[in-house]
Amino acid sequence: MTPEPLLQVTDLVKHYPLTRGILFRKQVGAVHAVDGVSFTLRRGETLGIVGESGCGKSTVARLLVGLERPTAGQIRYRGEDITKLSGPALRTVRRNIQMVFQDPYTSLNPRMTVGDIVGEPFEIHPEAAPKGDRRQRVRELLDVVGLNPEHINRYPHQFSGGQRQRIGIARGLALRPEVIVADEPVSALDVSVQAQVVNLMQRLQGQFGLSYVFIAHDLSVVRHISDRVAVMYLGRFAEAGTDEEIYDHPTHPYTQALLSAVPVPDPAAGAARGRIILTGDVPSPAAPPSGCRFRTRCWKATERCAAEVPALAVPAWLKDGPAAHASACHYAAER
Amino acid sequence: MTTTTAPLLDVRDLHVEFHTRDGVAKAVNGVSYTVEAGRTLAVLGESGSGKSVTAQAVMGILDTPPGRITAGQVLFRGQDLLTMGEEHRRRLRGAKLAMIFQDALSALNPVMTVGAQLGEMYEVHQGMSRSDARARAVQLMDRVRIPAAKQRAGDYPHQFSGGMRQRIMIAMAVALEPDLIIADEPTTALDVTVQAQVMDLLAELRREYATGLVLITHDLGVVADVADHIAVMYAGRVMESAPVAELYARPAHPYTRGLLDSIPRLDRKGRELYAIKGLPPSLTAVPPGCPFNPRCPMAQDICRTDRPPLHPAGPGRVSACHFWKETLEGSAR
Repeated sequence: MTPEPLLQVTDLVKHYPLTRGILFRKQVGAVHAVDGVSFTLRRGETLGIVGESGCGKSTVARLLVGLERPTAGQIRYRGEDITKLSGPALRTVRRNIQMVFQDPYTSLNPRMTVGDIVGEPFEIHPEAAPKGDRRQRVRELLDVVGLNPEHINRYPHQFSGGQRQRIGIARGLALRPEVIVADEPVSALDVSVQAQVVNLMQRLQGQFGLSYVFIAHDLSVVRHISDRVAVMYLGRFAEAGTDEEIYDHPTHPYTQALLSAVPVPDPAAGAARGRIILTGDVPSPAAPPSGCRFRTRCWKATERCAAEVPALAVPAWLKDGPAAHASACHYAAER
Repeated sequence: MTTTTAPLLDVRDLHVEFHTRDGVAKAVNGVSYTVEAGRTLAVLGESGSGKSVTAQAVMGILDTPPGRITAGQVLFRGQDLLTMGEEHRRRLRGAKLAMIFQDALSALNPVMTVGAQLGEMYEVHQGMSRSDARARAVQLMDRVRIPAAKQRAGDYPHQFSGGMRQRIMIAMAVALEPDLIIADEPTTALDVTVQAQVMDLLAELRREYATGLVLITHDLGVVADVADHIAVMYAGRVMESAPVAELYARPAHPYTRGLLDSIPRLDRKGRELYAIKGLPPSLTAVPPGCPFNPRCPMAQDICRTDRPPLHPAGPGRVSACHFWKETLEGSAR
């Protein structure tokens, strides 16, 4: 029995216009930040999105929580397309999809106390907690994320990076959302603190039945926390599947290169792995290559890759296999 | 081919303090390490462990004040860098000792073309003419695999991508074929695929020129592939120092073991991550005894009162833990 889908994203596109001229602005192009992304998020599940800088993963996060309007495509929450909503209907939906930001140093207002920061969502959604209760609710939230409730009147600068990220998580939890979109929640933290925050997020998921969209560039962290993983490159998903399918049986050349490039903290294992060193840099999303986005750095690329856009689909030879998962490559194969 | 017995770099009992409004921060508190010619030493630590400050003291680029070297020696081929004259030291810097910084965009001069910046090294240190220096700069850019080096030598740093800028930093470091390169988080700002390219290049050049390398990083993964020896730092001290394979296989300090257990691994999926409890100490109030004792699962009374010396814990390795033997036995994996 698979749990019901909470979020269904279809063909999501976000282009940022590039303009020229001051008085007579005209559009001269567009940054293709997200270019046709589809996925489903089920209740209680964690979807990890990995990719390098500029691949569009943060734009996906911003679209999901409604900080940006998509150029095209749909985001269905419980069957309803939220990209078309406005006013009170949108506010209700937003209450259920909350965000945790990457940088705990800039995402908390330095002039507000922790109590005000964590309690601020109640100002916008007064129905979530009656006024007299709010202070108590904030204390409970601080306790839940492992902070001392007595510190409710302190300011963000009095906390360490890991504690600040806990404040950000408490704020995300305040409205009892169903979905939390976490954009690089641990990448600014030191290794020993990173583990504390990852463990906290996993504990909260069980406790509140949360669904996570966990966005990160660190493949090891994503594997650890995710049920399903999507690998993103230049605005599109290159490959998507369960964590075993992606990490143990990658079929897209980009996934293979990305995985082989990750340093493993074990000298013996490191030497045994075949390294793929990619040449060149990621092309500009303002002028993405035709056909397959990865073809300019791919060692398998042929003329077909320049002409045809590979669809994100399960390759025919893999259909009946145990690791059947979608890969957007004309020549998808395991190494 | 050197036949001297003195190691290339020998840092002995270095102490660095910073005077801040909150008091005296002991950023480096008795650090010792050595680097042999042509070998790679990784200095591993979290933010605030003193790994970068140590490197700055070695290079002589520490801001004084607020920083102050209060004790210790930095011997480069047997000569103490800390007591030699600034003129002498400046001649060594660049020619014999070079540094690669984390953030290439702020380390390179934004109003000079990269060709001119690279060429300047040859003009200043070797007295080359501007046109010869420029030609060498282009060769060097070619060597670090910057495409269309000749054309790009006229570009400014901001016109390069992050990976390409880091290559220019590397080119600048190897330009005068120094004996020692200190690389401070050289790939931290880069994406994984680019990080792999840059580490590859650095390793290749290091082999080619038989340069000693001090690689400063917080990433246990990066180190495993390239280093010969690792020194783990915490709160301004060396906690453990060991050959790479031994350190990963059997850590002899609870902090090292905690770090290794707390990182998620790509090649195996575990349940809950081990988390070291608490936070690193403030450098203005480092706990007495072992600085790790408030977070250590093995801490006893002695750890709160007596600072552990560096115990020899096997061939080529030391551990600053009173219970190194128990840790070593407990961490056989």
